[in-house]
Amino acid sequence: MTASRRKGKKMIKTIRPKLELLSRRFIEKIIDEAYEILDKQGIFVENKEALKLFTQAGMKVDKKTSRVHLKRRLVEKCLATAPSVIKLYDRTGEREYTVGGDEVHFDPGSAAVRILDHKTGEERKPDTKDVVDFCRLTECLDNIHFQSTGLISADVPHPIADIYRLYIGLIFSRKPVVTGTFRVQSFRPMKDLLAAVRGGDKALAAKPMAIFDACPSPPLKWSNLTTQSLIDAARAGLPSELISMGLTGATSLVTISGTLVQHVAENLCGVTIVQLAKKGAPVIFGGSPASFDMKRGTPPMGAIETMMIDAGYAQIGKYLNLPTHAYMALSDAKTNDAQAGMETGVGAVLGALAGINVISGPGMLDFESCQSLEKLVIDDEICGMAYRLISGIAQRDEPIATDKFEGYTPETQFLSMPHTKKWYRMEHLYPVIADRDTYDAWVALGKKPIAQRASEHIEKLLRSNPPALIEKDVRTELTRILTAYAKANGIESLPALP
Amino acid sequence: MKKEELYAKMATAIIEGRKSEAEDLAREAIKAKLDLTEVIEKGYVPGIQKVGELWEKGDYFLPELITGGECMKAAMAVLQPELDKAKIKTKSKGKVVIGTVEGDIHDIGKNLVSSMLSANGFDVVDLGADVKLEKFIEKAEETKADFICLSALLTTTMLGQKKAIELLKQKNLYGKYKVLVGGAPANQKWSDEIGADGYAENAMLAVKLAARLKGA
Repeated sequence: MTASRRKGKKMIKTIRPKLELLSRRFIEKIIDEAYEILDKQGIFVENKEALKLFTQAGMKVDKKTSRVHLKRRLVEKCLATAPSVIKLYDRTGEREYTVGGDEVHFDPGSAAVRILDHKTGEERKPDTKDVVDFCRLTECLDNIHFQSTGLISADVPHPIADIYRLYIGLIFSRKPVVTGTFRVQSFRPMKDLLAAVRGGDKALAAKPMAIFDACPSPPLKWSNLTTQSLIDAARAGLPSELISMGLTGATSLVTISGTLVQHVAENLCGVTIVQLAKKGAPVIFGGSPASFDMKRGTPPMGAIETMMIDAGYAQIGKYLNLPTHAYMALSDAKTNDAQAGMETGVGAVLGALAGINVISGPGMLDFESCQSLEKLVIDDEICGMAYRLISGIAQRDEPIATDKFEGYTPETQFLSMPHTKKWYRMEHLYPVIADRDTYDAWVALGKKPIAQRASEHIEKLLRSNPPALIEKDVRTELTRILTAYAKANGIESLPALP
Repeated sequence: MKKEELYAKMATAIIEGRKSEAEDLAREAIKAKLDLTEVIEKGYVPGIQKVGELWEKGDYFLPELITGGECMKAAMAVLQPELDKAKIKTKSKGKVVIGTVEGDIHDIGKNLVSSMLSANGFDVVDLGADVKLEKFIEKAEETKADFICLSALLTTTMLGQKKAIELLKQKNLYGKYKVLVGGAPANQKWSDEIGADGYAENAMLAVKLAARLKGA
């Protein structure tokens, strides 16, 4: 075949590498059993409005025990109206993110009560400045697509802790935000903040920029707070993320497949609540289950079995045609050591291979309780590796190589080849944090461990990137909403923002 | 069966987590009109102690530990009516009012501690989960408790532990009860900060902590 004829040939399609742990038959069996449990045992829903919706839909509701017996036909009807793809928009409303298919978006693990101070190496309670730095840093990291209300500022009173983190996030970052309520009454002001950014409730529903996490309580229980969040978000046109979280052998069956059955049952109930509240409202099939440690009574997020449960339910979520989410790319280590990198790396790669749409985790240590800015910077690089992996091996040109070898001599220089210059940045990543120096260069640079390199990089990023501040008049409005809500809760003063 | 042989069987039933056997042996002891205080002290207690030891050594994990506790409770439930009838007071290591604080419905950790305390000779009043803070104090007053144990899993609800102590202060009852806190977000620092009497990392350590504070 001549070169000219080869050129006319179509390029070979790139395979998107994929991880699937369950056979179709296994998936269907898990779903069947979930339906059977929802019908027979029923599920507790501690929310009057939801129970009313269930009653109206013809379900058997025991008002005394708040238990609803869900019929498969209703759940299937609700699944049919739930969108399989959700569009999320950044603060400007210009950048669109697809949450669905095999698209992957990482966001920092959320709602940490502690921060690992990158200057002292000690865990402590975060304050306003930490939350601002965290949001600003997230804004700078290319592989972290969404921001999250990932730190709970300890210098504001508890009643406004949930709304306060969203307020700061909206001021200091353009990225869409993964968030959630701590109190039923918080949804309204949080929604108002988002609507103020968009210019009204309708505009917000048309271009949502936030996801609201709602966690059922295993086994088979939706609390009043989380159920109300589902209903409120659905009516505001904002996507809810269902965070079912069985602990194997403690709050769900010890077997992975047994935990999957319960996970699916809890999430299907969530989908149904959302669709009954508003037909067609966006909802994400997510979770934060864990392989319970039978020795220590802890919920390790970095366990391989935890990740297997994640990949398993995500595959089921895809089968049900829903967008998916998981808590992965995080670690239970207390500091940025080898374990932190190992667990985060494995999680990010497996999550990406499983095609999970929203992966919450980067920056997180210590069982989802401690955020580390250094880790966030390191994890950004890990997420970059995961993205590179799933982009696959592409046939960049036709022919692949033969023409480049025409006139080959032992003196041929690959480095100076135009072909090299054309492709090297597309084909390969060049990390900033990972150590690729020679031994001598590493010594000359002070034998810095990765956490130190990351810490220095944080300072550099924050220095060289001015804050992505929101427009002044919108900011004034956001402050007005927050202040009014704080006042209504008896809080007169708030910390000053940098 | 000889007394000693029966005691050994009781211990083994607890250690190996065989509930119905632990109950049957208790019935056998009642039938044989044995001294029930001795039955508990020489039969069942060594069993649960061994379970604790095996757990600390790392041989037993939580399922074995909690099963041991459940077996102990089951055996005691069989013996209790007889003890009551004979007006025998078992030596309690202390009275505990325990629960998960309001707004929090997580109870695994609390159940573990409750079960271990009760299996190790404490008199436990378990109020369950999502318990109003006033209720802890009311119950402690009513039962003349030694301890109030407050569990919380959520970072948001752990504030209830602090509020409960404030409430005790308001009612001038602070210091009357030993207040112990536990749960995933709690730690010794938190316990010190809010003025609690102690924190334990796990259920077995909670038993030891309570025993130490009671001087038992």
